[in-house]
Formats: sequence, structure tokens, C-alpha cells
Amino acid sequence: MSSIGTGYDLSASQFSPDGRVFQVEYAQKAVENSGTAIGIRGKDGVVFGVEKLVTSKLYEVGANKRLFNIDRHIGAATAGLLADSRHLVEISREEASNYRSTYGASIPLKYLVDRVSMYVHAHTLYSSVRPFGVGMILGAHSAEGPELYLIDPSGVAWGYHGCAAGKAKQNAKTEIEKLKVKDMTIKELVKEVAKIIYVVHDEVKDKAFELELSWVGEITGGKHELVPKDIFVEAEKYAKEALEESDESDEEEL
Amino acid sequence: MEAGMSCLTNPPPFWKNGPQPGGIYNFPNSSATHSNTSESQRSAYPIVTGTSVLGLKFNGGVVIAADMLGSYGSLARFRNISRLSKINDSTVIGCGGDYADFQFLSSVIEQRVIDEECLNDGFGFTPKSMFSWLTRVLYNRRSKFNPLWNVYVVAGYQDEQPFLGYVDKIGVAYEAPAISSGFGSHIALPILREEMEKNTNMNENEAIALVQRCMKLLYYRDARSLNKYQYAVITKTGAAIHGPVVPETNWEIAHLIQGYE
Repeated sequence: MSSIGTGYDLSASQFSPDGRVFQVEYAQKAVENSGTAIGIRGKDGVVFGVEKLVTSKLYEVGANKRLFNIDRHIGAATAGLLADSRHLVEISREEASNYRSTYGASIPLKYLVDRVSMYVHAHTLYSSVRPFGVGMILGAHSAEGPELYLIDPSGVAWGYHGCAAGKAKQNAKTEIEKLKVKDMTIKELVKEVAKIIYVVHDEVKDKAFELELSWVGEITGGKHELVPKDIFVEAEKYAKEALEESDESDEEEL
Repeated sequence: MEAGMSCLTNPPPFWKNGPQPGGIYNFPNSSATHSNTSESQRSAYPIVTGTSVLGLKFNGGVVIAADMLGSYGSLARFRNISRLSKINDSTVIGCGGDYADFQFLSSVIEQRVIDEECLNDGFGFTPKSMFSWLTRVLYNRRSKFNPLWNVYVVAGYQDEQPFLGYVDKIGVAYEAPAISSGFGSHIALPILREEMEKNTNMNENEAIALVQRCMKLLYYRDARSLNKYQYAVITKTGAAIHGPVVPETNWEIAHLIQGYE
């Protein structure tokens, strides 16, 4: 890498001569080492999916979740360093709580995203701190409809119809683009999200993984929650079957 | 000479007797001229108040009731406020005393419930933990000489058992099969206890009927009460707040009472 040995990558508070902040780019690399997380915004809500890589058989099932509730109506999926994710989740919950105590209403997602992304950005400005190695996907469903955002380690946040972070974010984005997400309900999308996570998972490099699914939308009454067990099982089955079919057709081609 | 010197070193202010820049004008000799901001204010009395809360255990659950009046002294100021609050499917609290303090504590509880929900680990407030937490908060505030001026009745269902507890503004707390706060402890509680002695295994409908009878009685006897109340029933199947109930009353014999004008 061009950055190593130049001395311009030692602190987040210094530019390189060609105008880059290497510490921020390293943080983005840290996100790309993690299992994939995706979020899709349909017509009546948002669905989150996470490919949680399990690096040892000795771990308990269901440990170290990467889907979080920020408030009753806001959900988050993270990719990157888990401890950093948890810190950002805590900061987000505090923001939501402060907003409620001040205004007596639940926090608008746009406002939360602005606040949290400013916090993330502040950690790209000083030599005494390091940027967050986290890509954080936030989603909610309000009276104005579904909303979905992704916050980058640089502190930039965009609104999306579908987004991905982590190892296979490029593949995942291509898969999402194949769907007509604007016309789909979250009940349809939850299957597609499961499928995408299974499709982009690299069996050769990473063996075991756990699928995590959550949603927020009209059918959950505007609350963010984990996808109920029966629907989860159905979606996972659909994903596995779709994967087997594509494997078979691959063999035929050969 | 001396006066001249001090004039040079300490010139008089340009803006004498006028308002402070950015301040609000005070009329001379008014008592509001001096405000001491370093003095701290504490609750010394309640402002808008609610009266009694009734609670009664029955076989398989609890019922609590409170009327919907917010009194401003003797003025019936707010006539449609809820003094019962559902915490979750197994806990309801009822509140007497200062309504603003109740609203404050309700918002604190609401946030704590959300925090618990966010963790999604299957834990949350139970009637017993709510009760214990309230005793700590209220006792802590009285120890700062700044009490939350409330009485709380916690009703719930936990471990296959009904729960009913009382906490007041100084943190005095107890559990009992029948509870009443305020004026109701003089008027309604003896009746609740008597009926419980007669019928030791009361069912849900009998308990609700008894509490409704007491609420009506309190409306007749308590000058700070209202003929509009809510009641909550908490059983194994969940918690629900019912009402507003507006009972029929009969004042035909009222003219016979004389000598209290």
C-alpha cells in the first residue's frame, strides 16, 4: 500500500500530500474484513440481514449479535469491529433517549443519523482518537414511510433503497439491484435478504456462519424486531433451496 | 477632595436605576427586585393532586382503580386525566398526590422500559422489581429533602401469584391483599377488608364489583373525587386498563344532611 512508510498514515488528523486521510481508509478496510450486513427498504418497511461469521465451533449459538434495537422504532445492522459497533449503538440509544426526554416524542431517524454521523466524523479529526471501524446501517418506518441509512467510518451518511457493508458488499449490492425493491413488501423482501446473505457467503474462505434477520414496517406496527421464528425458518429454507438450484444449473452448464 | 478622587477612580454607572442589560424591568420597591438564584427550591407541597387509589387482590389476579380528577387545591381543575399507567403485560401502577411528579416518574419509567426492550434479552420490569425500584427512588428523594409527592400502588401478576404493593413519598412500603391510599384508607379500606374476611376466595367479578362499589362510595364521601374513574385488572393472561366508568349516583337524600353549611 502506498500509505505505508510515508508517515502520513500515523494519525487521523493529518492529510497525505495527495489529499487522503489514511487512518479513515484503514477503518474502511476493517469494515471490509467483517461478515456482510445488508439493509433493504421496501414499500412498507425495512429488512436487515447479517452474515455473522462463526470462527470457532466452541462459541455459543446466538452470541455476539450484530442486529440491534436503537429505540422501539429504529433498528441497526453493523459490519466491522464488534466492540466499536456496540459503542456506536450505545451512543445512538443515548441520542434517542435524550431526544425523548427533551421533546416527549420518538426521535426521527434522519435526526439520529445526523447526530451519530457527526459523532463518527469527530473521530476522524484528532490524533488522539482512532476512527470507528464500523459500517452502521440504520432503518425505521414512520408515518412518511420507510427510511434507510448507512453511516461510513468517515462520518458520511447516505439514504438508500438498499445498501450493504462488509466483505461481500459489492456482490450484495449487485444482488439487491436485481430486485424491484420499491414495489416489494417486507414479507417478500425477508426471503430475498436471506437469499442474498446465503448467495454472497464465501464457503471456501469462511466455513460457518449464522444468519440474522430483523425488520421494521407496517406489519410490525412500526416496531423494529427480530423476524419471528416461523418466518425466519421459511426464509432460510427459501435461501438454501435457491442456492442449491443455482448450484445444480451451474453443474449442467459444465 | 475625597469625593472628587473617588469620582475619578470609580465613575458612576452610565445607566443608573435602569434595567440590567438583557434583564426584565422591575418596578422600584417591589419585592421581586432581589431574586436570589443561589437558593435551591424543593417540593414543599403538591400542586395538582390526585386522590385515593384502591387496590384489591382476588383469586388469580389484582384489580386497582383511581378516579380521573386532577385537583388544584379544592378546585376540580382537570377532569379527564389518567392516574393508572400500564408498565407491561404484568404490571400496572396507580398514583395519588402530585400529578406533575407522576408525569415525571412516568417518563423515567417509560425510558427504562424502552432500554430493557432494546436489549431484547427477555428481561423487563416485573411487579416486584417495579415496586422495589419505586421504594428506592422515593426514599432517595425524601433523603435529599426533595420528595416526589406521590403515593404509588403497584399491582401485578408474577410467579403465578397476584402482587399488590404500596409506596409513599417518604419510601414507606408494604404489601397487602387490600390497599388504599389517601382518603380511601378511611372510607374504602375497612369495607374492602370486611368483604375479604367474609369472602376469602373472591373471584375476578366479585373483586371488580367491590372496588366499583368503593369508588362510588368515595365519590359520595370524598370532596376531592370525581364520578369518573378507571380500573385495571391484571391476571395471568395480561393487564388491561378499563374505563372511563361513570357510575350512576343518587343524591335524593342529600337534603337531609344539615348543619355543615
